[in-house]
Amino acid sequence: MTGFLALEDGTVFRGESVAAEGFAVGEAVFTTAMTGYQEVVTDPSFAEQLICFTAPMVGNYGVTEGRSESAGVHARAVLMREARGPAWTDWLHERGVVALSGIDTRSLVLKLREAGAMRAVAATGGSSEEQAVTVAREQQPMSGRALAAEVSTTVPYVYSDVGRARVAVVDYGCKRSILRRLVGAGAAVTVFPHDAAADELLGYDGVLLSNGPGDPEPLVQEIATVRSLLGRVPLLGICLGHQLLALAAGHATYKLPFGHRGANHPVLERATGRVLVTSQNHGFAVAPSDAREATHVSLYDGTVEGLAFPSERAHSVQFHPEAGPGPHDAWPLLERWVEGVAYAEAA
Amino acid sequence: MPKRLDLGSICLIGSGPIVIGQACEFDYAGCQALKVLREDGFRTVVVNSNPATIMTDPGFADRTYLEPLDLEGVTEVLARERPDALLPTMGGQTALNLARELAEAGVLEELSVELIGAPLDVIARAEDRELFRDAVQSVGLRVPQSRIVTSPDDVAGVALPAVVRPAFTLGGHGGGFVETSEQLRRQVERGLAESPIGQVLVEESVRGWDEFELEVVRDRRDNVVIVCSIENIDPMGVHTGDSVTVAPQMTLSDHAYQELRDAAAAVIRAVGVECGGSNIQFARERETGELRVIEMNPRVSRSSALASKATGYPIAKVAAKLAVGYTLDEIPNDLTRTTPASFEPTLDYVVVKFPRFAFEKFPGADRTLGTQMKSVGEAMGIGRTFLEAYLKAQRSRELDVGKSATASPQLSDDVHPWFRSEIERAHVALDRVASIEDLVADDFLRLKRLGISDADLGETCGVTEDEARARRRASGVRPVYRRVDSCAGEVEAASTYFYSTWGEADEAPPAGDKPRVVILGSGPNRIGQGIEFDYCCVHAAQSFRALGYEAVMVNCNPETVSTDYDTSDRLYFEPLDVESVLAICERERPLGVAIQFGGQTPLKLARALEAAGVPILGTPFDAIDLAEDRERFGALLDSLEIACPEWGIAADVDEARAVAERIGYPVLIRPSYVLGGRAMRVCYSADDIGDIERPVLIDRFVESAIEIDVDAVSDGEETYIGAVMQHVEEAGVHSGDSACVLPAPSLGAAADAQIRAIVRRIARALGVVGLLNVQLAVADDGIYVLEANPRASRTVPFASKATGVNLVAAACRLAGGARLGDLGLPAERAPAQVSVKAAVLPFARFPGADPVLGPEMRSTGEVMASAADLPTAFAKAERAAGRPLPTAGTAFLSVRNADKRALVPVAESLAALGFRLLATTGTADALAAAGLAVERVRKVTEAEDGPSVVDLIRRGRCNLVVNTPFGSGARTDGYLIREAALVARVPCITTLSGAAAAVHAIANARTEDSLSLQERIDRETRAA
Repeated sequence: MTGFLALEDGTVFRGESVAAEGFAVGEAVFTTAMTGYQEVVTDPSFAEQLICFTAPMVGNYGVTEGRSESAGVHARAVLMREARGPAWTDWLHERGVVALSGIDTRSLVLKLREAGAMRAVAATGGSSEEQAVTVAREQQPMSGRALAAEVSTTVPYVYSDVGRARVAVVDYGCKRSILRRLVGAGAAVTVFPHDAAADELLGYDGVLLSNGPGDPEPLVQEIATVRSLLGRVPLLGICLGHQLLALAAGHATYKLPFGHRGANHPVLERATGRVLVTSQNHGFAVAPSDAREATHVSLYDGTVEGLAFPSERAHSVQFHPEAGPGPHDAWPLLERWVEGVAYAEAA
Repeated sequence: MPKRLDLGSICLIGSGPIVIGQACEFDYAGCQALKVLREDGFRTVVVNSNPATIMTDPGFADRTYLEPLDLEGVTEVLARERPDALLPTMGGQTALNLARELAEAGVLEELSVELIGAPLDVIARAEDRELFRDAVQSVGLRVPQSRIVTSPDDVAGVALPAVVRPAFTLGGHGGGFVETSEQLRRQVERGLAESPIGQVLVEESVRGWDEFELEVVRDRRDNVVIVCSIENIDPMGVHTGDSVTVAPQMTLSDHAYQELRDAAAAVIRAVGVECGGSNIQFARERETGELRVIEMNPRVSRSSALASKATGYPIAKVAAKLAVGYTLDEIPNDLTRTTPASFEPTLDYVVVKFPRFAFEKFPGADRTLGTQMKSVGEAMGIGRTFLEAYLKAQRSRELDVGKSATASPQLSDDVHPWFRSEIERAHVALDRVASIEDLVADDFLRLKRLGISDADLGETCGVTEDEARARRRASGVRPVYRRVDSCAGEVEAASTYFYSTWGEADEAPPAGDKPRVVILGSGPNRIGQGIEFDYCCVHAAQSFRALGYEAVMVNCNPETVSTDYDTSDRLYFEPLDVESVLAICERERPLGVAIQFGGQTPLKLARALEAAGVPILGTPFDAIDLAEDRERFGALLDSLEIACPEWGIAADVDEARAVAERIGYPVLIRPSYVLGGRAMRVCYSADDIGDIERPVLIDRFVESAIEIDVDAVSDGEETYIGAVMQHVEEAGVHSGDSACVLPAPSLGAAADAQIRAIVRRIARALGVVGLLNVQLAVADDGIYVLEANPRASRTVPFASKATGVNLVAAACRLAGGARLGDLGLPAERAPAQVSVKAAVLPFARFPGADPVLGPEMRSTGEVMASAADLPTAFAKAERAAGRPLPTAGTAFLSVRNADKRALVPVAESLAALGFRLLATTGTADALAAAGLAVERVRKVTEAEDGPSVVDLIRRGRCNLVVNTPFGSGARTDGYLIREAALVARVPCITTLSGAAAAVHAIANARTEDSLSLQERIDRETRAA
């Protein structure tokens, strides 16, 4: 069956439908990671997005449930130059995901790079292209959208109950890799919904503000909670969590033209002068800043990649130290944090 | 950290002649390094014995030394130039080994030269088996277990399966793969018996495991990036140089890939490479994920060149910058310019590399692929899918016969099922195609997107390639071109590096109003067509750019300088076939296509270009045809009253015998349109003619003649003779394998003038505009023209360097319309100094093939040496070729009857030099009759007491072997003698003329200061 992607500017890319039939509406974005397709589509940060892989062939090594970053697929559609099956495409099909193969992904990427991420529709079968463009234009843009509630757990749960430090994770769309790395570093982990109150979290040795989808700015309640936690419990923010901490601390966030999504992004660690090759997935960012608390900067566009408020025992990174997919260069960051909060607790 | 200010001048060592395992990739690396070092203001000194390299061009470094790459040669250069630092990581294993020797001999310390890029302890940790094992284990990783065994009783507890490798046997003879302890014991016994030092290595076998390579770069701040992952389709057990390889890796999950990435970073840190690139190889068990670290090269390599071309990340350039102090974040990404080199390239295409073999040149040689590399070149294909890239690389090999999809090499059972099923798709798709008429646009698009060529399609449908193409084009299906930008489009890139694909948007059509020249490269290295032609193509690009043209390069050899995106205004990394080249010409609409620089490859395309109305720059197609078509050329020579050996054409054995009878034996038989003497042979009688499958040319073989090679440039009217060179070996040895001397020592003034006049007449008659090479034989009864090639020849770089006149630059100006008189070339004259080019042969890689020179070219590379006189230059060239001539000791002589008389003066000279003479019966009789003291030694096949000649050679009792063959082939006495010499690394000379030259050199070579190429050229210019 054929399928197509319609962008809000009227551009249409045609391909072959290789999974579920449907009409998927979302923001068209691209990731340059060459491995980890299953991790990508199950990452809750991709909620409400149509994800284009720049990797030339996707699906080569099949699927394994253990690789998923959450219980389900969050990407609305998957756009590929060459999908390889059947394991991968069957898996997408079973999960009702629209997936197109044979898409001119490079042209799509060049377009998004020039014009910015766009609202789009991926459709299969005999859908009307004109109608799809109209629907794309009628979507609410990603700016201003609060999406954490859609992907967060609704009730707190214990992920792991043994460890040298007790860590609370606020789930704005948390990836399993974060939880796995925390446990690997020796933490006992309890996961809370996005709207957990400060009082519930204060009893822990440390609070991790997770990644998640959408625009951080409308998450007013969440930002207020972070603000009230600041200085009272050690905090670590990752991705959306980093943006929420930044907003709580008075920094501004803004929407990047097309975001950073991939596994090869260089980040300068200012204190050491070293470069970390990082896994990234974000459409919003903390504006470039020379402020001392900006500990990490992107070597691509100078945006803030890390913040530290030592007196408040809070810090955060825009990139994904847990990787999954991507390089493990920043794993030690999570380990050091767990060690730090455990040590503070013991002292 | 910015660049180091304490370094003023840096010496760079090249990799010497092209040999199997060390090819153009080190010229590419050296050129990149020199470029950035000079941009940074360093004074650069280069040592490399290979004249066909771009890096040894006088303009590429401040001082260039074409000197032997041995301890003595490099020490002399260092003492003369006194550089602050030595950069040994750009010249392959040769340079790294030399750096180690120089350090261990105390030379670097004495001359205060710092080793940069890879300090001594790092080289040791990477190269020494035990130190490397310790370093790998220190970070929790494993190497395959191994043990050195000197007795069959030492094998208790060895993990099975295992590989047994005897020490110092040719091609690993006596070794093998064992699965049971009984097999192990038997194989070890056999290996111990075969090994001259009674030692074997028993190693845990990882045969059949998946093989991966990672290209890693690290800076002095401990930043590590993985530039590229490479997966070998042929699993462990086949040398990576002989494997089909893919980038990026295709079959590993993120989890598995990151495990490799972590391991690679850990290994580079443990070994301690602080500022440079390394290649790290892994074996991975497919099911369990178990890893073994196989090896690490703390330097740029064949794989790093491939990775650079595959990703657009110039590893050698970056490594050179790191070596002088920069950190990765201070080096801009060459392609994006706005982002730093401290990132990992991401690919939105797939790259496949195919090896190119030359087994047909080595009859008798074992073709089984193993752990020793046997391929002589490689081709790379880029596509949007694995299959598209695979099929492109496959057809880029330019094999003589066959269509690409169905002529697939047999895949071993160990190949990953994913690759098998992908490759199978091509066969399935072609099987479904019945008739070209049935195909509609969508069908064509689907087939082309799979990577199927017009030729394959034509063959499947029973129509010509042209018809298939016409149909496809009529349906509107055309290729598009995409950029290689290192970042999958994420960052805007100024890249001018393109590949073709189908069914997508075309990227940035060519801009600019400069006239364009498309230069066709020479494709994969093979015997007979190698780096010399890349040298010519690179010079052509430089020259045309300097003349105000846009230079557009087409080539598919990832090792080369020509496929560096910096070399031309636009690079198309594409197969050199009709389909690809016509499509590029259609897009570029060039003023002309330059076909005279890439060897035979572009000439094979000339007819199709001409037919398609694509203008050819310089020598017109008809002139090429006139020179290549023997009938037309013969008629032309007749009309010019120029002699050529009598000849004829035969389609079968009977005809061949008839022709040979008519012109008289001996005759030379060969197919036409070949380079490197493919399937060329000399026949002394009707019995030698053998099978003839395709029409052949038969020439009278001019015996006892001097062979002359002339390189010239012409504007169609006037001709400039660049060099008149003489071959050391007589006619009958392929010109590419013969040593070559400039100026020609045996040529009198009259013969020289006559030769020049002949070449001028031929150039004008052919209408050559650009380069012309003519080969002639000077016999007692006159001068014969053997062949004329209106294109660049193998000797152009050598001649240009010896004379200081850049013949390619001159040819480009002529092709662009200039007259010879406009060029301001110096007057024609023989150079004052003597330069010798010597060939390097790969016999040690092909056990079973007779290591003897003949009409079939078999050398892979060459070296050059210059001096004030011939003996000195010749001795130095032999040294540079890795065959230093002995000055004393024992010479073993054994020649065929026809050579016995001529051997006497050679033997007399050797005796006068104090050599002890040994000979087998027949030769000994001849020498004794001439009054020489000679000891007899028995042949292997003679049942007498005492050691045979082979025993003596093996025991190191001979310092020089002269053995001319009568009848070649395995198991003859001569073969056994030559093979023994090869294994024992004793110089073995197989022609009498070669022996005479060698003995003359031994007797007369002097010590002479090494001069740089710049100084030599200056001397030539002043002498003129």
